[in-house]
Amino acid sequence: MENKREMAIDREQLKHVAHLARLELSDDELERLGAQLNDIISAVSKVSELDLSDIPPTSHPLDVVNVWGEDEPRPCLPVDEALANAPERDGNYFKVPPGGS
Amino acid sequence: MIDTLRLSAEEAARLLREKEVSGAELYAAYRDAIDERDPELHCYLHVCEDDGGEGIPIAVKDVIGTKGIPTTAGSKILEHYVPIYDATVIERCKAHGLRVLGKTNTDEFAMGSSTENSAYGPSRNPWDPTRVPGGSGGGSAAAVAAGLAPWALGSDTGGSIKQPAALCGNVGLRPTYGTVSRYGVVAFASSLDQVGPVARNVRDCAYLYSILAGRDPADTTTVDLPHAVQIPERTDLKGVRVGVPSEFTDHPAIEPGVRDLVHRTIELCRELGAEVGECSLPHSLEYGVPCYYLIAPAEASSNLARYDGVRYGYRSPHADDRYEMYTRTRDEGFGDEPKRRIMVGTYALSAGYYDAYYGQAQKVRTVLIREHAEAFERFDLLLTPTSPTVAFELGAKSADPLAMYLNDLLTIPSCMAGLPGLNVPCGLSEGLPVGVQLIGPQFSENALFAAGYALEQAIGFDPVPTRLAA
Repeated sequence: MENKREMAIDREQLKHVAHLARLELSDDELERLGAQLNDIISAVSKVSELDLSDIPPTSHPLDVVNVWGEDEPRPCLPVDEALANAPERDGNYFKVPPGGS
Repeated sequence: MIDTLRLSAEEAARLLREKEVSGAELYAAYRDAIDERDPELHCYLHVCEDDGGEGIPIAVKDVIGTKGIPTTAGSKILEHYVPIYDATVIERCKAHGLRVLGKTNTDEFAMGSSTENSAYGPSRNPWDPTRVPGGSGGGSAAAVAAGLAPWALGSDTGGSIKQPAALCGNVGLRPTYGTVSRYGVVAFASSLDQVGPVARNVRDCAYLYSILAGRDPADTTTVDLPHAVQIPERTDLKGVRVGVPSEFTDHPAIEPGVRDLVHRTIELCRELGAEVGECSLPHSLEYGVPCYYLIAPAEASSNLARYDGVRYGYRSPHADDRYEMYTRTRDEGFGDEPKRRIMVGTYALSAGYYDAYYGQAQKVRTVLIREHAEAFERFDLLLTPTSPTVAFELGAKSADPLAMYLNDLLTIPSCMAGLPGLNVPCGLSEGLPVGVQLIGPQFSENALFAAGYALEQAIGFDPVPTRLAA
């Protein structure tokens, strides 16, 4: 288990995480949120105090697995409704700017 | 003259059934109350027009999708979003004749404990408008307390139904995980999110839960209730084993006024015939909040990835290519709290950190589930304070995210364990409501309603805010 100091996020890491999350954070935001994030990460790191090597993880609080549904065709959304909230459309398509990834 | 401050949903149903009032008169009475008091309280983000139906009105937290009615989740990124379908819980309400009165304010994406994170400004507590109504479902709780709705729908991830109910003096149920459909509900943290009822009293709460609960093929995490919902009638607690986790009642974060009322309520349980005993949930308070603030942001970072400016919601006009469209849309559309949680969550899930953070938090979750299960070997339900404090002043904690997170100290552990919890008002401290939460094993809602009703009758709490009672 890493210790808290190693876990703290520096500015470069912060920019990397913002890129992963597709958030463009201004310098001002990086400054302000960065300090708060370090406080938060340091507080939640408390979970690492416990030795839980024998404990299984819980991903879902109910004991249900593999819920199957009937594979029955049913009407789907009309195109105009599906596109009703689109910021921009082109015929039957959502329109987005070109390039970038 | 309909007095919406004092009208329960049960009584409203009787008035409609016996044709003492019409649906139009009832709806108009709530609209009048909203016109009168909502400019000050700001419970609603959107108020609907009468659809001409004859049923009881209901307020709906703005994270729940309503066909043809704007649904913003308290965020600018969904400012002009109008759902093209109803959430299953709305379909169920409509099938029972209920009519949507309006959409209530919430912290952005239900992330917060005060409604101060709403992009549309905070709601105010009807007991004292200089104070917060709690959150995230502060709009629903304040609307019910101020007579601006007979009841309401809320959603709860780590306390967003119970905590505002405690701070506004009403009854709110966080149901057992999986009993109420989330289809059509704006997702925050999917292993925790639950929709539930907010009401003036326990019987109304139970009745609304009976409408909401049940398996929904459109939400595969839902299950059928093992038994029908019973509207409570018993006024004693004979034979009920009530456990009091000492860590929760004596935690230093709990205000003396809150602690006194909770101890008085515990004494009342004994007088009503309950067998009261002490128990321990040793890891719940120490590790519950850290565990929650890893799991909820991790899941939020994934759920909020869908706000990309492509299919619905806000799109930044300042983008020359697709990458800029994503990053600027999200920078301009999200407020600080969703950004913080997306960043924490993305970090906690990123390569090299997953095991230490998210994976470890999931194991802590198992520990919390086990220690609750152990307590329920000896007790039918647990009783604790819902919130460590009464409603605090606007602005008191908004600059310090960690201080805000601690409001949910007492509600988070049972949420992590997927357990139901019911807030029942137990009195006033310094003129402000205090609530206890009753926590039971999964699917024990009937036991919570029964105990909550018996306590409610014995306590005789008046849910009308003192300053509005005249």
